[in-house]
Amino acid sequence: MAACIVCEGNIDIPEDTEEGEIIECPECGIELEVVSIDPIELAPAPKEEEDWGE
Amino acid sequence: MKFGILVSYVRFEEKKIFEALQARNIKFDKIYDNEIILDYQRDNTSYDLILDRSISHTRSLQCLKIFNDWGIKTVNNWKVANICGDKSLTTSVLVSKGIPMPHTMIAYSPESALKAIEEMDYPVVLKPAIGSWGRLISKVNDREAAEGLVEHKKTLGTYHHSSFYIQKYIDKPGRDIRVLVIGDKIATAIYRKSSHWLTNASRGATAEAFTVTSEIEELSLKAAEAVGGGILAVDILEDKDKYLVIEINYTPEFKLLHETTGVDIAGMMVDYAMEVAKK
Repeated sequence: MAACIVCEGNIDIPEDTEEGEIIECPECGIELEVVSIDPIELAPAPKEEEDWGE
Repeated sequence: MKFGILVSYVRFEEKKIFEALQARNIKFDKIYDNEIILDYQRDNTSYDLILDRSISHTRSLQCLKIFNDWGIKTVNNWKVANICGDKSLTTSVLVSKGIPMPHTMIAYSPESALKAIEEMDYPVVLKPAIGSWGRLISKVNDREAAEGLVEHKKTLGTYHHSSFYIQKYIDKPGRDIRVLVIGDKIATAIYRKSSHWLTNASRGATAEAFTVTSEIEELSLKAAEAVGGGILAVDILEDKDKYLVIEINYTPEFKLLHETTGVDIAGMMVDYAMEVAKK
């Protein structure tokens, strides 16, 4: 469990969460990046850049 | 066997690939493209194969080229990334190989772009040559809109908007076809449906399973081969009684394909990558 950095809501962090994973706060809906697993550290998800895609 | 995966972020697709590798007892490193430092003078990796899942075309292309020059095999290789990451290069290659595409032109000034648009006749679609997910793609219905858009692109645009990639608008039946090619096989395919003219998954398109016909199979495999082959998503439009390839993606997202068809795409990708590594 971690606190949303925007609304401080509770976010469940499953055991198989990976560094670099993008998760969504169930309370405010903001997307966050898991920048560290141990300890859990969240940051705002990066903004889409011009050369991003598939 | 040392296996690496170049990633920007870990999405559904990358998690599935990690799971597929773990299920096969293949050890791997996650190589984060925002942390990597590559020394051109010294091969500071020792990978047998690197699977590219970066979402940045710039990072993909530059890293793949360096890896390939060091002798590291990659999926896909840098040449494929170079072609598929640039719509102008993709179009030139596909057209030269006889793959049917919508009529497409490129111009480099607002004046010549307007001239090309008028010659092609409305409606047309303007796209950035580099970019994805339907971003900054505009359907242009008339001269007034074309003039405004071209001026905006010229004034506000960055380097990537310094060319005008102009394509004839295809009045498709509310859907396109995405075919996932892995090596010389079709992994799976879906219809992507939307009431909006853009049918990108990132724009909220829904999906329906598509049964691959021999015509679509032949077209998809030919298109994939034309750009160099590998793991590729070939997007196809239906234009009345014919099929047109619209683009080919070299680091395809496959969540929608997986959820719609249930095909183990990540497993197929890993198996293909292992085949490439052993060649």
